[in-house]
Amino acid sequence: MLNPQLTKDGRLRHLLTLDGLPKAILTEILDIAAPFTEVAEREVKKLPLLRGKSVFNVFFENSTRTRTTFEIAAKRLSADVINLNVSTSSTSKGETLLDTVDNLCAMGADMFVMRHASSGAPYLLAQHLRNTGRDHISVVNAGDGRHAHPTQGLLDMYTIRHYKQDFTRLTVAIVGDVLHSRVARSEIAALTTLGVPEVRVIAPKTLLPTDVERMGVRVFHNMEEGLKGVDVVMMLRLQNERMSGALLPSSGEYFKFYGLTEEKLALAAKDAIVLHPGPMNRGVEIDSAVADGDHAVILPQVTFGIAVRMAVMSMLAAGN
Amino acid sequence: MNLPDANVLCEQLATLIRPQLRPDTALVGIHSGGVWVAERLHQLLDISEPLGSIDVSFYRDDYGSRGLHPHPQKSGIPFDVSERHIILVDDVLYTGRTTRAALNELFDYGRPACVDLAVLVDRGERQLPIGPTWCAWHLPERLPAGSKLDLKRDVAGNLSLEVKSA
Repeated sequence: MLNPQLTKDGRLRHLLTLDGLPKAILTEILDIAAPFTEVAEREVKKLPLLRGKSVFNVFFENSTRTRTTFEIAAKRLSADVINLNVSTSSTSKGETLLDTVDNLCAMGADMFVMRHASSGAPYLLAQHLRNTGRDHISVVNAGDGRHAHPTQGLLDMYTIRHYKQDFTRLTVAIVGDVLHSRVARSEIAALTTLGVPEVRVIAPKTLLPTDVERMGVRVFHNMEEGLKGVDVVMMLRLQNERMSGALLPSSGEYFKFYGLTEEKLALAAKDAIVLHPGPMNRGVEIDSAVADGDHAVILPQVTFGIAVRMAVMSMLAAGN
Repeated sequence: MNLPDANVLCEQLATLIRPQLRPDTALVGIHSGGVWVAERLHQLLDISEPLGSIDVSFYRDDYGSRGLHPHPQKSGIPFDVSERHIILVDDVLYTGRTTRAALNELFDYGRPACVDLAVLVDRGERQLPIGPTWCAWHLPERLPAGSKLDLKRDVAGNLSLEVKSA
């Protein structure tokens, strides 16, 4: 079956998920992102790749970091950026998603960066664009429900490659609320595709999807056991806003068992790196001493995120 | 067509440039062949300022139709270009579009006092009003459309020119 994310000749048309995206494309995105990191050091921090293009950041769900880094990335590529916080706009007046999109297309959109609380919403948008003969407009998924957050997954892969070079010798642990995390799903898909031999997930049973083993990961419920010898620790945020029902006794209890402290991190490899997609809940999933410590690469992640988003957007513009 | 020895051409190019060097001269090579030539010139001309390099992938005017180069290199200019004499270095000057892109990129680093262009080979068939300040060899005849004239570097660092047919 044709991958809806790729053009007939294998170029990137949309970025909807990392699941099923070929290794060659993943690697190409990381390779293209590398020179973009240098742009921030120039007097003129702009490249002309998206000159004359209009990028619409359509966020049906709140976001600061992701929306801002997408905005910076698009602006560094010379695009015109229009930010729409739709959660406080037309949909609250009753407009459907596709009506909103049709209106934005009529305003001359070349690319949509979309976040939505419903899993699959960016697919619906991409399908709608194809069905209405507007295939030249690209869609970037900036997070859809519990499903995927592909650019976060990519920037994590970029960060890991930056510090560890070779994916094929790593043991990586993803710790925390996997059940509600679109970031975790994107990370697992990318790590597996890029050849990481051992991906572990560490979480209480209540915060793991029932079919998690089918994603090709080793499951640990005991954090001390799961962290032994790992090269990369990828922390997840405890997603209070997605919690329905009593999955945890308390955040204090959670920190005791699954919070990353210096003592627990000492069980990982000596040169282990710690990632977190942000925003961090200090004292809930991560201790401040770790978040601000030598192993943390959390702020470089944010910087790399701009370069990775620049790479994705310029590849989409070139593919279409 | 007999192609000259690219290593000799580098020496000839250095000889052409030498009388016009200034105390503030710095070299910037265009990836990838231009960087190899610039490295050679840097050595031959004994320039103290470190070498800069530019990859024009993000400034090309045909990226919308040809796509991005899958392995772009980092551009890196380890000095302030403002108010400086810059010599852009490329291996082959052809349509002039690469030079145009390189000039645009260079000016995103600052405003040089002046920019010269040094090329190993001028292939002709320009599409833009761009000419070299120094050129070691002019191609005597047009190459068939679609054929490529490239600079190669072997593991020992020797440079050679190569024509690839369409």
